[in-house]
This record gives sequence, C-alpha cells and structure tokens, in this order.
Amino acid sequence: MVRSMIILAQVGGSTLETLLTKLLDGMALGAIYTLMALGFVIIYKSTQVLTFAHGSVAAVGAYLVAYFVTIINWPGRYLTSLPVTLSFVISAIVGVAAAAVVGIVIERMFIRPMVGQPLFSIVMITLGIDIILRTLLGDFVGQGSQLDIGAPWGIFSVTKINGVIIPHSYVATIVAAAAAVIVLALFFRSRTGTAMRASAFDQEAAMAQGISAGRIFALAWAIGAALAAVGGIFGSVPPRGFGVNQTTPFFALRAFPAIIIGGLDSIIGAVVGGFTIGIAEVMAGHYLSQFTDTLGIGFNNIVPYLVMMGFLLVKPYGLFGTKEIRRV
Amino acid sequence: MLEVANLEVVYNDVILVLSGISLKVEDGEIVALLGGNGAGKTTTVRAITGLLDVHEGDITKGKIEFKGESIEKMRPSAIVKSGITQVMEGRRIFAEMSVDDNLRTGAYTNKDKASVLAAFDRVMELFPVLKDRRKSTAGYLSGGEQQMLAMGRALMASPQLLILDEPSLGLAPMLVQQIRDIIVGINEQGISVLLIEQNAHMALSIANRGYIMETGKMVMDGAAQKLLGDEDVQEFYLGLHGEEGERKSFRDVKHYKRRKRWLS
Ligand SMILES: Nc1ncnc2c1ncn2[C@@H]1O[C@H](COP(=O)(O)OP(=O)(O)O)[C@@H](O)[C@H]1O
Ligand SMILES: [Mg+2]
Repeated sequence: MVRSMIILAQVGGSTLETLLTKLLDGMALGAIYTLMALGFVIIYKSTQVLTFAHGSVAAVGAYLVAYFVTIINWPGRYLTSLPVTLSFVISAIVGVAAAAVVGIVIERMFIRPMVGQPLFSIVMITLGIDIILRTLLGDFVGQGSQLDIGAPWGIFSVTKINGVIIPHSYVATIVAAAAAVIVLALFFRSRTGTAMRASAFDQEAAMAQGISAGRIFALAWAIGAALAAVGGIFGSVPPRGFGVNQTTPFFALRAFPAIIIGGLDSIIGAVVGGFTIGIAEVMAGHYLSQFTDTLGIGFNNIVPYLVMMGFLLVKPYGLFGTKEIRRV
Repeated sequence: MLEVANLEVVYNDVILVLSGISLKVEDGEIVALLGGNGAGKTTTVRAITGLLDVHEGDITKGKIEFKGESIEKMRPSAIVKSGITQVMEGRRIFAEMSVDDNLRTGAYTNKDKASVLAAFDRVMELFPVLKDRRKSTAGYLSGGEQQMLAMGRALMASPQLLILDEPSLGLAPMLVQQIRDIIVGINEQGISVLLIEQNAHMALSIANRGYIMETGKMVMDGAAQKLLGDEDVQEFYLGLHGEEGERKSFRDVKHYKRRKRWLS
C-alpha cells in the first residue's frame, strides 16, 4: 500500500498521460473486482446463495501461493533454471486449484446439508465460514503482519509509452482477468457449462434432464472459489498489495458494488460492474485528492458504494440483472 | 415395463396426496392417465421420475418398478439413464437458452456422440419447425413450438418410456391435433408413452388403455375404447351430457356403481 503510493506520486496533475495512466490503474483494480464479482455471480446463479466467505476464500488461495513462493520456494527449488515469473505462475495454478477444492469442501460440508433451509440461514453460515477462515489466516500469517508473495512482475517494472506509465504487474492482472472471462465463456458453451446454465435457470427442469443438482452446486463453488483466488493473488501482488495479510479478504467486499451494479445474476454485469468500480475508485482517488480537506482521507474507498447507490436508484436489479429472481 | 403399485405420496410429511394408486405401462403401449385439476397426476409423475424431493414430497408406501427394477429410491439422473424421460407440465423449457442448447441438455446423460447425433436427427425429423429455429432463444418460440421443443428435449436422451404431463394444455385445437399425431409417431418408433391429460378425448383417442384419477385415487381403468364408450366417463370427462349446473363428483357415481356390483 505504502509503496503503491510511490507509483501514484510519480504522476500528478491532470494531463492526458495522467488520465491514461490512471485509467490503466483503474482497469487493473477493476480486473480484480471483476474476478471477485464473477465468482459471486456464478455461485449465486447456480445456488441462489450470496456467499460472504468469498473474501477469505480469496485470501486462502493467495496465502497458499505466497506459501509456495516465499516459504517453500516451490517449484523453483527443484527447477533452479525456471524463471521466477513462470515458477510463480505454476504456484498460482496450484494455489487456485487448491482454492477450488476449498470451495467444494465448503459446499459439501456446510451448504449441501442446508439445501431447503431458509436462504438467510445459509447466508449466515457463509458468514461463519468467513470468520473461521479469516481467523485461520490470522493464525498462519500472524496478526498485523503479512506474508510476502514475491514480485513476479517486478515492483517497479514499468514500460513508458508517450508518458503513460504501464506497470507490468497491472498488465498481468488485466490479462489474467481477460483469460478468466474467455475460459468461462468457453466453459459455458460446453456440455457441463450448458447444464450449469440450465440448472441456474430452472433447477427442477434440469434435474428432469438428468443433470445432478448436487454436482452443479459443487462445480459452482469450485469455479467461484478459483476465481476469488485469482483475484486474491493479484490483489496481493505488488504494487497493488504487498503480500497476503488481514486486509486481503476485503477485495471481495470492495467488489460488492460491482455485482449490485451489474446485476446479481449477470456474468456480463460482473465484468462491466467490476471495471466500472475499479476505474471509478482510482479516478476518484486521484482527481478528488485535492479535496481531501473537505471529503476526508479515503474518500475514494466510498466512491464504489456511492456509484452503487446511484445505480440502484435508477436500476434496482442492476444493469443486466433479471427482475424476477427464480427460486428453487 | 413400468409398474406402479399401491403408491402413497405425502407432501411436507403431512399432506397425503396419493393414497395407494396402481398403474402399468406395457412395452410399446400408449397409456392415458386422466383426471381433473389437483387429482395427483403430476405428483405421480414426480414419484416416477424421482423429483418428489424438490417438493418436499416422500413416497410412504408402495413401489415403482421399471423393467423389473425398483426405481423409487433412485436419483432423477439415474432414472433418466435407465430410460424414462418426461415432458414436464408447463413445458419448462430453458427460455433464456437457444433451441440447440435446450436439446443438448436433453442429451446430458448420453456421452456417446454418435447416438446423440442420431437422436438429434430423429428429433429434427419429428419437429421440422425446430430446424429453422435452432439458434433462436427458446423463450421467443410460440406456445406450440415450445411444446415441441420440450418434447424434442425429452427425446434427446433416447428414452424407452416417455411421460408427457398435459402436453395439450393451453394449445389451440389445431395444435392439439398436431401434438397428438406426433405422440403417435413417437410411439411408432417403439417408445412407450404415459400420457397425462385433462383432455380425455384427445388422450383416449390414441391410447391403448386409460386410468382415471380423482383426489389421489384411481377410480376407473380399462381399454381406451371402453372408457370412451363409458357413460360416466362421457359425462364427466368428455362433456357429452354434462350440464354445468349439476356436475356431481365422479366418485359419487363410482360409489353407486360399486354398490351395484356388490348386489349383482
Ligand atoms: N409441493 C406440494 N406441497 C403440497 N401439496 C402439493 C404440492 N404439490 C401439489 N400438491 C397438492 O397435491 C395435490 C395434487 O396435485 P398435482 O399432483 O399437481 O395434481 P394434478 O397434476 O393432477 O393437477 C393437489 O391438491 C395439490 O395442491
Ligand atoms: Mg398437473
């Protein structure tokens, strides 16, 4: 956080270069929100549950990657000639896969037995899971401290084009989110993806086609958790963040306005909402910083919520959300 | 092929909806299951296809056998795999998805590409209208086309027994005729059919046998021709004599008949 301020400080004023630099910054932050929001939406669409464990699942994924990278240097210790970035990507893939397993375990152990119970109870259970995971995270990382996740794309590695500063790490974040969106789009065309869409639309009718509701639930949690983990990793990688700490889960909460803007049950909405919020937050941080005296420090953190409230007044179901949310 | 014996179904642990019904579908038959609103027809279908759970319903007595195997404890997916599919009441197509994707979900349990393609060809032959609408969003199809899509979807799993829950509901007479002919066509391909209807005339005109249900009980069964000719059936289900003002419950008549049988 402190050092990302250094980068922020490198550019000032309100030139076009600054605008573009900030736009890229906002898109990179928006990419993280998008990843989080996609996870929320997929779990919500498939199971009607709005999970509050998303942030801590994201942090668990990031923690695992940080553990691989910093503590056991895996797989780099065995493959000494492996470039740092590639070694990180491999760790990240394993961390994301592990997060998917965590998602499946949560679904199996805590959500599945609750099927048919009031939604409110299930949502409260996800809140409980969040607290458990967060506490565990605190125990492993240490209260108030953080676990370094390395700097695969460099902390200050930037490319400058016509005065526009392009941090490599941000480019990697945006590329990862874009890749996730493409993979998801392809997945939803596959046999299993089509089954998942069908089940989200009308669970009983999907069951009548032989689609197992339980399997779809587990899959949704796996995908949702994996997406959260990718978001958590890029939220921890410098200069966006500096390792995994107790604030890592907050990326999910900060992505909340994104799903409200986009519509709880809309994939496209998650993408549009995610980028909108990210860009709005960064722009507000920069262009409103001169009003800090009146608005107070950290006003940019409130901006996503203000944007969300504005949207809700005009479009209560979000930009792409369906009016009638179907229930089982 | 399908044998339901003494089936009792309870919703929410307390609401008894089926009190010991029995029915049979033999290989290659079309069997009509008739009855008014709330008789328990859809509940019977749910019990056969394993979908009672979704509605907090339970089988408390009786058994359901398909091809000699007990299926009342099987999951819906296993039941589909064993060869029973259904066209649900109200069609229940996936309105937001394309016609093609709707059909693909119907083939979900079949991983053999060649046989899925074969099923797809058969469906296209039965429902040529769907051919030009393959990429359309299913929700934009007309009511009749949606019914055909629902039937096509159910056929994609290459079932041996097809259950249709009120396929004529809400369709214009012309379309009802068409659906009826298609059901005959499906049956001619060797697929047994359990046809649930309130439109008794349509159903009995193509069925081999029929059952009539009233508030969770079977009140009559027999050859379709015999049912069509039966005075009580005519009065209560075919609307030939019935006058709106004085529609007695069919059960009353049945009760009277039973007594007559005891005497003779
Ligand atoms: N999920 C449910 N919970 C409680 N009662 C139900 C449920 N579904 C249907 N019923 C009741 O069961 C009876 C039979 O319904 P149904 O099987 O849908 O009849 P039909 O298909 O012949 O119209 C009705 O009285 C209906 O109100
Ligand atoms: Mg019904």
